[in-house]
Parts: sequence; C-alpha cells; structure tokens
Amino acid sequence: MKALLHIKTIAKRELTGYFASPVAYVFIVIFLLLTGFFTFMVSQLFGRGEASLSAFFLWHPWLYLFLVPAVGMRLWSEERRSGTIELLLTMPITAWQAIVGKFLASWLFLALALALTFPVVLTVNYLGHPDNGVILCGYVGSLLLAGGYLAVACMTSALTRNQVISFILSVVIGLLLILAGWPPVTQMFEQWASPWLVEGIASFSVMTHFDGFQRGVLDTRDLVFFLTMIGFCLFTTGVIIRGHRAG
Amino acid sequence: MIKVQNLTKQFGPKTAVSRVSFTVERGEVLGFLGPNGAGKSTTMRMLTGFIPPSEGSIQVGPFDMLEQPIEAKRLIGYLPENAPLYADMTVYGFLAFAAEMRGFSGDAKKQAVQRAVEMCFLESVLHQSIDTLSKGYRHRTCFAQSVIHDPDVLVLDEPTDGLDPNQKHEIRELIRRMGQKKAIIFSTHILEEVEAACTRAIIIDRGQIVANGSPQELKQKSEMAGAVTVHVVNASAAEIKQRLGAIAGARKAVIVREEPPRIIARVLPQGAAADGVLARQVFEALAQPGWKIEELHTEEGRLDEVFRRITLPDTTQETQKP
Repeated sequence: MKALLHIKTIAKRELTGYFASPVAYVFIVIFLLLTGFFTFMVSQLFGRGEASLSAFFLWHPWLYLFLVPAVGMRLWSEERRSGTIELLLTMPITAWQAIVGKFLASWLFLALALALTFPVVLTVNYLGHPDNGVILCGYVGSLLLAGGYLAVACMTSALTRNQVISFILSVVIGLLLILAGWPPVTQMFEQWASPWLVEGIASFSVMTHFDGFQRGVLDTRDLVFFLTMIGFCLFTTGVIIRGHRAG
Repeated sequence: MIKVQNLTKQFGPKTAVSRVSFTVERGEVLGFLGPNGAGKSTTMRMLTGFIPPSEGSIQVGPFDMLEQPIEAKRLIGYLPENAPLYADMTVYGFLAFAAEMRGFSGDAKKQAVQRAVEMCFLESVLHQSIDTLSKGYRHRTCFAQSVIHDPDVLVLDEPTDGLDPNQKHEIRELIRRMGQKKAIIFSTHILEEVEAACTRAIIIDRGQIVANGSPQELKQKSEMAGAVTVHVVNASAAEIKQRLGAIAGARKAVIVREEPPRIIARVLPQGAAADGVLARQVFEALAQPGWKIEELHTEEGRLDEVFRRITLPDTTQETQKP
C-alpha cells in the first residue's frame, strides 16, 4: 500500500513538473500538428475512400521515435545533474518506486497527448462506418509502443547527466528497433541471410509487433513483447542507477 | 542514535573514506571538519543511505542502514551539499511533496509544512517558484524539507555554505536549538561555526579521522593553548624576553610586536599548566618599577591553527605523492 502511495506521490510531482513548464504544452501542440499533418496531408486520409485509421497509426512509430525521447530524456539525467536524485533516494522509498513513479508519470502524459487525437476518430465516424474495435486496438498498440520507447529513453537518461546525449542515444536505439523489422530493411537482409535469422531479428522490432495492433489483432505475444521491453528497460535503469550510487 | 563502524568507501582504486568510526547520541551536535575532498560528503552520503559503503556498518537508532534502509531513512532528515531542489516547483509544492513522501497526508501534511515554514522563515516566498529564489531562500527551503518530519537524526552537508552572515547566524542558532533534542551531524569548513554550534567535532583528512573531541579539547591541541600574552608599556624588549624566558613553566618567550612605547610579548607554557598559574608568574616577573602592564590574558588556543597543523593542504598532498 505504502509503495503505491509513494509511486503516486512521485508520479504526481513529475506530472506537475511537466505542466509547470512550457514543455508539456509545446509537446502536445507539436504532437497534434504532426499527427494531423501526416494523417491528412501526407497519407491523404480523405482521399483514401476508406473509413479506417491505418493512415493515422502508420506514422506513430516514426513520430514517437523523436517525440518520446524528448519527453523521457530529462527523467533521470536532470535528476542527476541538479543533484535532486540525492534528495529523492535518501527519502524512505526504494529506487524502483522512484523509477516506476517517474515512468508512469511520463507514460500518462503521453497517453494524454494520444487521447487528444480523438477528433480524428470523430472525423472517420462522421464520414463513414469504421470498425471502432480496430481503432481501439490501434490506440492500445500505440500506447504500448510509446511506453516501450519511453522505457528506452528512461534507461538512456539514467546513463548520463547530459540530456542531449540521452536524447540521441534513445533515438538511435529506437531507430534500430524500428529498422530491424521495417520491410525495406528485412527485404534487403532476405537476399543473403537465412529466413529464420531475418525473422529472428525482426521479432525484436517494434514494427513487427505494432503491425498486429494496427490491423485490429490483439495478440498476446505482441502485448508480452511491449510489456517485457518496458520491464527490461526499467530494470536496466535500476541497475544503472545502482551502479552510479555504488561508484 | 548513530553508530558508524569502520566505514570505508572506495571509488575504483581511490579510497575516499577509510575506516571511519564514530557515534552521535541524542543531544549532541557533531561538527564534521575537513579540507575540501577529505571525504566529508562521501561519509554523509553513506550515512543517509544514498551510496552503499564498501565496508563497515551504519546503525541509525535501532536500524541497520544496509539491512533496513527504509526504516533507517525514516529517522533521518538530510540536507545534501548545495541544497538541490526541484526548480520547477513552488516552495509550498516542494515541501508538500516532501511531507507526502514522509507519509503525511491531509491536515497532518499541512501542519508539517506550516511548522517547517515557520521554523525556516519561508512565509514570504511560500508560493514563489523555486528557480526565482535567492541562494539563501533555496538553502532554507532545502533545510525545511530535512526537518519536515521532525526527525531524530539530522545530517546537514555544509548547511551555511553561501549564506550571508545573518543567515549563517540564524542557521547556527537553529542547529544549536534543535541539537538539544536530536542527534545532529553537520559538515563545514568554517571553524567559528564549530565553536558556535557543536558539542563535539571530528576532523577528517584524506578519508581518515585525525581528531575527535569537544571544540575545547581540540583547541587544547593548539600550540597557542594556555599561552599568556602581555602588553607592557615603558619597558625594554630584551629585558622582557629575558625575564619571561626565566619563568619556570615557560617553554619559550617571544616578542610578538613592538608598538612604541608598547611591547607585546607572549609566553608559551611547558606542557599543560594549571589555570592562571602562568599568568600570575608572568605578572610577577614583569612587576618592575616604571613598567606598566596594560593587558594580560591567557590564550584559549585556536582551532584554525589545530586544523592547519593536522590537515595538509591539497598542494602539499600533490607534491608528496611518489
């Protein structure tokens, strides 16, 4: 019970921190503008003649690639740079409560930004009869995808006091996780590598696992993939922080 | 309240703290002295559970910091070096956060914040954002979070660093007042602070304790302790020196300064003399017709001299390395 209370207190502080600075508002505006731009202008949602949000979700891995690290880069690096980590970790809490609390706050923030894309859902419902189950599934996948990237950003931000380095590292890791299963790359590999190797590499890609959600398939394997990814990265964050403290 | 035994911390090949042991009881204020980089902050970080020691044990109240960190941390209030704060919060928001983390909620939380705010004189900036505060207020805000749960143990890392003389005085008074009921450890390199607020002081140099005692006891280690300084008018310096040198309990007599017609001389005692004995001898030796003694006092000894003598400055430390 106490653990949950601590996590809640930390998450609340972190969230208030986002909204106390312009970061939150800038992020939300840019996120909405970009999703709108890619969905309506690049993918031509109106011109496709189909009542679905595939044109909307298609862009999420690429958008998150840059936007999620921007949210997550300060999580621990700022804490270390300003020295508040010493304050936080000498309070009567465990390190994992702090890690989970901070992660949940940022994830909740991303969920809020994602929820604010609801006009797109209203639009396709107004224009036609989309399968709202598929749309919901897409949103679940998108949220998990954001969580996966965020956990990576959380991990890289624990590595360094410098937010820029933290940002670049998580973008690079995110890019690798996309490219490993991106069709143009897998096709290139297929020409010389055995299929099981290509598939093996692709199974580590967020693209492979996000694909199902877009099509409305809620596969437990995809679910487990993202949750494992989050768990692994947060665990690693804990190990890194422990390493810093032990010297 | 606090019992530290054989505390050692190694960062790679470098030993930052080496076999440090001490205890602090309730009602004691322990001053932690030492040159920069002596291992003061590292010791405090281990004490508060921020970094684990390489060796040794830390007991806070009935709890072992390594075995029961949460329970032990609950008893401690900690002001880290440079008073780190979440700059994007208001003072009230930050203190409320600290109170919640310490398990307060509802009215109890409000009262805890209120009490800390009053103690640290923060009313006027309560709803101001922390990044707009002056250094003094930032320090006091961080200090307020360390006492918000009225802890039995207070660990303060350079609590008066960067404050103006009035603020320093306030904080010192606060420490002294709270020290009557709590066990307090604070680090500083301002020696007058130790005399003003501590019941006991430890001097640490290059990771090791080199002196441990009350400020009075430490001052006794000074060469100056027990020396008698005398101001004489209308006398000859050579004769003063000779007469003072002949005193039975005197190790050495020196002329400190000549400001005609005044001569200032000092007698250093041979070992520890009984109170006032040397002063009386000096008086008797100089009671000559025509000589006028304007001032005569026994020196208490000086902490800064003791400090300099037993800790080596960084520069010599470098040159001494093979």
